Amino acid sequence: MVMKKVLILGGILMAGIIGYFSIQHINQTSWEPVSIQHISQPSCQPVRQTDLNENFSVLPRMSYRQPFVDKPQRTDVLLMSPWLAPIVWEGTFNRDILNAQYRQKNFVVGVATFAVKKYIRFIEGFLGSANKFFLSGHRVNFYLFTDNPEKVPSIKLAPEKRLFIIPVQNYSRWQDISMNRMDIISNHIRSHWRYEVDYLYSMDIDVQMFEHIGVEIIDTLVGTISSWLYTTPRDSNSYERRPESRAAIPRGEGDFYYAASFYGGSVSEVYKLTTACFKGVTEDRANGIEAKWHEESHLNKYLLYHKPTRLLSPEYYWDEELIRPRIIRVKRLSSVRKDLKEVRF
Amino acid sequence: MTCWKVVKSVLVLCLILIPIFVWMIVWNGPVHYLPYYLPCPEIFSMKLQYAEEKPVQLFPELFYPQPRSLDQKRRDVLTLTPWLAPIVWEGTFNSELLDSAYKPLNLTIGVTAFAIGKYTMYVGRFMESAEKLFMKGYRVNYYIFTNNPQAIPKVQLQPGRSLRIVPIKKYSHWQEISMRRMEAINRHIAEVSHQEVNYLFCLDIDMVFHYPWGVETLGEMVAAIHPGYYKVPRSQFPYERRSSSAAFIPDNQGDFYYAVFGGLVKQVYEFTRACHMTILADKANGIMAAWQEESHLNRHFFSHKPSKLLSPEYVWDDTKPKPPEVRLIRFSTVNKDYREIRD
Repeated sequence: MVMKKVLILGGILMAGIIGYFSIQHINQTSWEPVSIQHISQPSCQPVRQTDLNENFSVLPRMSYRQPFVDKPQRTDVLLMSPWLAPIVWEGTFNRDILNAQYRQKNFVVGVATFAVKKYIRFIEGFLGSANKFFLSGHRVNFYLFTDNPEKVPSIKLAPEKRLFIIPVQNYSRWQDISMNRMDIISNHIRSHWRYEVDYLYSMDIDVQMFEHIGVEIIDTLVGTISSWLYTTPRDSNSYERRPESRAAIPRGEGDFYYAASFYGGSVSEVYKLTTACFKGVTEDRANGIEAKWHEESHLNKYLLYHKPTRLLSPEYYWDEELIRPRIIRVKRLSSVRKDLKEVRF
Repeated sequence: MTCWKVVKSVLVLCLILIPIFVWMIVWNGPVHYLPYYLPCPEIFSMKLQYAEEKPVQLFPELFYPQPRSLDQKRRDVLTLTPWLAPIVWEGTFNSELLDSAYKPLNLTIGVTAFAIGKYTMYVGRFMESAEKLFMKGYRVNYYIFTNNPQAIPKVQLQPGRSLRIVPIKKYSHWQEISMRRMEAINRHIAEVSHQEVNYLFCLDIDMVFHYPWGVETLGEMVAAIHPGYYKVPRSQFPYERRSSSAAFIPDNQGDFYYAVFGGLVKQVYEFTRACHMTILADKANGIMAAWQEESHLNRHFFSHKPSKLLSPEYVWDDTKPKPPEVRLIRFSTVNKDYREIRD
């Protein structure tokens, strides 16, 4: 009797306890912590945290040789312009560190190149070598402008590289084809490239790459020093000198002579560059004058007054006709041997 | 005996029912617990509207010697880091060229300096030399953090330059004062300076300018190389070597040993926040880094490389003899007796 009563009492007690907690459990699906001011703030993180801000590129632990302040890497060439823009030469940078910094940012780089009329024959060499050596491992969109889309050979690209073939009008004069590139690039940036890529580079199609060109080229406004004119004094540089042209640079001015075969930068800076240069080209045409080296003269004028934030040494565009001296330790990108008279006309 | 049986059976019942109950809870949803958050000032998550950032744009016509590709002015020192950040030495830049680009941008540059306790005696010399040599021709705001605003002398300032005194608390130990600088700068940026200045430099008050410090030092994230350690191998850098600290850097790693920092206000804000978090993490673990916030600064710069470095010309120690590579000393320490001024 007594046992029964105790059992019943025990049972009711247990049922009461379980019931109490179950009701609480039904009302809230978890034990909610007491609300404390700073928990609601997403930036207050638990104790060990490495990646605090997406603007900083947090680098993983890497091992590489220590840079010594009293031991310069190269003493034979200029490594920085007077406005403190780095000039990229072989031996001055560590691509692993640059890759680690770049990878976190998820940038997409675009390359605009034109293959019109007979220049279609260079597409295979360009794309094949670019696929292997240009920003390998990073996302790149190749925008190939051509007047003959059917003739573009099909090339297998790495998974992070994409090819877009865009039909374009051809002109009778090769100089016009060359100069109108600026206009076409500027229009495409405005219409859709600014949504697709972060950085844009314009390259000539009649080139091949022999060595890796990596993220050391990525910066806001980048120009390549010409391989023909990297040693010449400013007054003998091939700047346009006639004051009637919009590309004229007066004597006594000038930093470097930049090659129009490879330039680029952030999408907004390239837009400003191409718009300004093509405006100069149009005004010159209206005045019946054509600059000495066509759009390259306009490019040089622009880059004189809007200094590039990074310069590429002639390693990044080496003209095949030149004998390579020892200071050019590496030939990364070079023009393909061709008969200019045959291919242009 | 029956009582004992009853008690046993009730106990067994409990032992069976409680695990079932717990299992029910766990099955139905995640168990929430109170995470250990550090005491965190509200300002850490404020969205700040920064003074408009102006990129360097147009360089007007100017006459200066042509840069020549094969002609390096400084062959004796490193001028580019392996991540292509420039190292600013005398001879590598042209001041007029840079001034011609930066002056039209109407920039305001901020300087923070801490003058706590007896350090207020250095304010006069610091400010007088800064008036003559720091960013001449630009708008400058001096932010002097002090616990004793009355002790700050009145210094005659050029037009466009202003002095703001920021009162802060004095802590009992000088190490604590030193480490709290990150928090104080961060808080101040969030509350005041993010709208007033474009660039901010965090300097030490017990130093004096001897040569011009100009816009060649402006950059996204700028750090100066410490004068005592720019020639030694990395294993001899005074990094924090205890692995339990958040500022730990192993023996075979490290680029340079940095002393002073600055840069765009936005980057300085993020940087000081990160350093303060790591300092708090160390506090929670009961450890203090070897060189206080300087160790945390170096740890941070190791994994977030600065975009521009300043040579030791920009932060020199006068007790050291001047080596040939350091052609000019722009900013250096004043000789003092540490025991006398620290406590």
